[in-house]
Amino acid sequence: MSGLGRLSPHAPFPGYAAISRWFAAVALAALLAADLHVSSLQPWAELRRLLAGFVQADFPSVEALSVAHTVAFAVLGVGLGAGSAFLLAIPFARSRTVRGLCAFLRSVHELFWALLLIQVFGLSATTGILAIALPYAGICAKVYSEIIEENDLAALRVLPPGTGGASAFFYARLPDVADKLRHYTLYRLECGLRSTLVLGFIGLPTMGFHLESAFRQGRYGEAGALLLVFYVLIGTRRLWLRPLTLPFLAVASLMALPATIGSPAIGASLARFLGHDIVPVPLRGAAFSDPDTWLRLWTWLRPILTEQVGPGVLQTLMLAQIALVATALGALALFPLVSRRFAGRIGQPLGRILLVTVRSTPEYMLAYVALLLLGPSMLPAILALSIHNAGIVGFLLGRHADDLAYRPDAPRGLNLYAYETVPRLYGQFLAYLLYRWEIILRESAILGMLGVATLGFYIDAAISELRLDVAVVLIAATALMTMAIDALSRALRRSLRIADLPTRLSRPLGPSGGT
Amino acid sequence: MIDARLRPLRTRLLTALFAVVQTVLGIAAARAADHPPFVFTGIPDQDERRLVERFGKVASYLEAKLGVPVRYIPVKNYPAAVTAFTNGQVQLAWFGGFTGVQARRAASGARAIAQGAEDATFKTYLIANIRTGLVSSKEFPKAIAGKTFTFGARTSTSGRLMPEHFIRQAFPGQTPDQVFSRVGYSGDHSRTIQLVQSGAFDVGAVDYTVWDLETKAGKVDASAVSVIWESPTYPDYQWTVRGDVDTVYGAGFTERLTAALVAIEDPAILEPFGRSKFVPVTDAAYDPLIAVAKSTGLLD
Repeated sequence: MSGLGRLSPHAPFPGYAAISRWFAAVALAALLAADLHVSSLQPWAELRRLLAGFVQADFPSVEALSVAHTVAFAVLGVGLGAGSAFLLAIPFARSRTVRGLCAFLRSVHELFWALLLIQVFGLSATTGILAIALPYAGICAKVYSEIIEENDLAALRVLPPGTGGASAFFYARLPDVADKLRHYTLYRLECGLRSTLVLGFIGLPTMGFHLESAFRQGRYGEAGALLLVFYVLIGTRRLWLRPLTLPFLAVASLMALPATIGSPAIGASLARFLGHDIVPVPLRGAAFSDPDTWLRLWTWLRPILTEQVGPGVLQTLMLAQIALVATALGALALFPLVSRRFAGRIGQPLGRILLVTVRSTPEYMLAYVALLLLGPSMLPAILALSIHNAGIVGFLLGRHADDLAYRPDAPRGLNLYAYETVPRLYGQFLAYLLYRWEIILRESAILGMLGVATLGFYIDAAISELRLDVAVVLIAATALMTMAIDALSRALRRSLRIADLPTRLSRPLGPSGGT
Repeated sequence: MIDARLRPLRTRLLTALFAVVQTVLGIAAARAADHPPFVFTGIPDQDERRLVERFGKVASYLEAKLGVPVRYIPVKNYPAAVTAFTNGQVQLAWFGGFTGVQARRAASGARAIAQGAEDATFKTYLIANIRTGLVSSKEFPKAIAGKTFTFGARTSTSGRLMPEHFIRQAFPGQTPDQVFSRVGYSGDHSRTIQLVQSGAFDVGAVDYTVWDLETKAGKVDASAVSVIWESPTYPDYQWTVRGDVDTVYGAGFTERLTAALVAIEDPAILEPFGRSKFVPVTDAAYDPLIAVAKSTGLLD
């Protein structure tokens, strides 16, 4: 013990092991309380039909226009979001208001944004673009600001006095960070494609629209073709999505936007939405000075809090916790597949293809399919979240594993894995997981729309019953919960002293990173 | 120091950003305003292909009868249909009984104009997986208590509202969550049949016309699922039109539209609806549903 103390006099508290045990214990408790019942009698028969659909993919059934719409929404949505984020990033570090705004924007999932925007803009390109742009602005602003902050100011300090703000920014600051910003933004576009696909599930004319129909009606050949096309779209991102092609893509996207069928009365809808629909029922046209109004507001709010927010938050946290630990186990099992040291020269590229495919599949879609196969319980949601996220974290860990410098006489195989690689990567591993925590939580809330009783379940009910005031309360609760977990995760990362380890998926690694 | 330098830049960038936002949204909006056709939708209550088939035929029929371009816009769920109607994206919709009530309450001036001949006396079937051992009966089958149960969409009249009403009548003082071991919402009637047939749920509530259509299409496996109860009748589906169509498409448009719908005789259109013909109807026909919706808490 004293030897260990000498080696690391400032051992973090609580340590890696303690924190891992705590997370595992909470997940285990949640697992015992969770509903994991498999109610479908023939999941294997259905799964076989599904796989057969992939083998005999029905490519002619894929509507080219829906592919174009998917790319167009993603390019314009992320473009608009990233553009606004760039402006928000400048005051981000100094302004609490801007930080709060960004935290709020990104704590509401794009699917919830879309559900709210549809009320005003209908099923239209505007809804699709804004639903992507709003949360992405919040995410990108935070990351851009971090990238700018991390950078050293040497160039800025030696500028002659009297240099204008624009010149200072463009000549002294931007060149240093441009590479990272570009890298991150292009990665975000890939996420944008996934988000856009999912927006199709609620009716926007992207590939997700056809994918949902195909899965729902068991036309697996068509579903398989759509998914394969989507994988190719993501897999070839580096070929068609480059800084040089961006202007062309942006213009083409504008031209490719779907014409809205029908013309929603946006002005009137917006006025009704803000002035009536989302105003709590007891406050509509009520006298604010009357104490009775506030009493009625409380009588209205209390059952929402006790019967919907309370159980919804509990289920959401349970699902997120189980999924987080399952992700951790999955990532530890998967990362050797993409590490050259473990998988070898031939295994590594195959492992990469596998994990990139897994991470390109949106978790909402995975959950949807798992639900069709296994029946309604928390199990499909857990599987979907952990498969998708284990793919992401495993992929990143594999790259780190190859960056480690091993002794020439290092052990091999399981010994190397258990006694050297995993211990040396463990801090990095926790950093990624704590970072994904908030993201998994946001997704857990959303999966309620598929029938697990997380917050999304109650939001879906409120929207079905046209009780938008209730829906807004629930979405606000979701946002608060996400922000709280985000803060907790940051505090934990700081106390574990892993706050400075890379957590961004896109950050170029060291010289040997080979991105 | 950096602050002061960045300020003019920020204003300029902000202006540029607003210009871009306006262009993007402007183009999106302009594309919408090109041709204002008469647009309608329907609640997605069953197999999407059947919906596309029947509403496609209705669109071309109405276009010929009314002399305006008519378009059908597909939606993914019931509330999306209601929202498209209330925000004016569509002018006409084929609603279920309850979604129609929702839409007419939210969009003032909207009214029900026609229903299927079968819709005045609509029914719900309770269906059960054979494995449960439940058999068909005249009386409400109280033995379903404790089983797993799936409704259709959350705001379906025949798949949720009315079956919930009958369940609450049969088990006074209890909600479906208390009566059954698990309650699900399948999303549509075709899916309800699949779920009960596969055994994912023991019992389900389904629209009788969809049951008949699916049976005719050979998609129902009689050795796995059967009807165990037929509900009393209630009013259901109807065409509801917005109140502002006469000002947009000319005086008397609503009357012409109603007449066109009622005059549909082509079995090619009526068959995929599971209806023999359409008849005129008024809002008042759906008043009983309002009372039921209030008692089950779906409506304030």
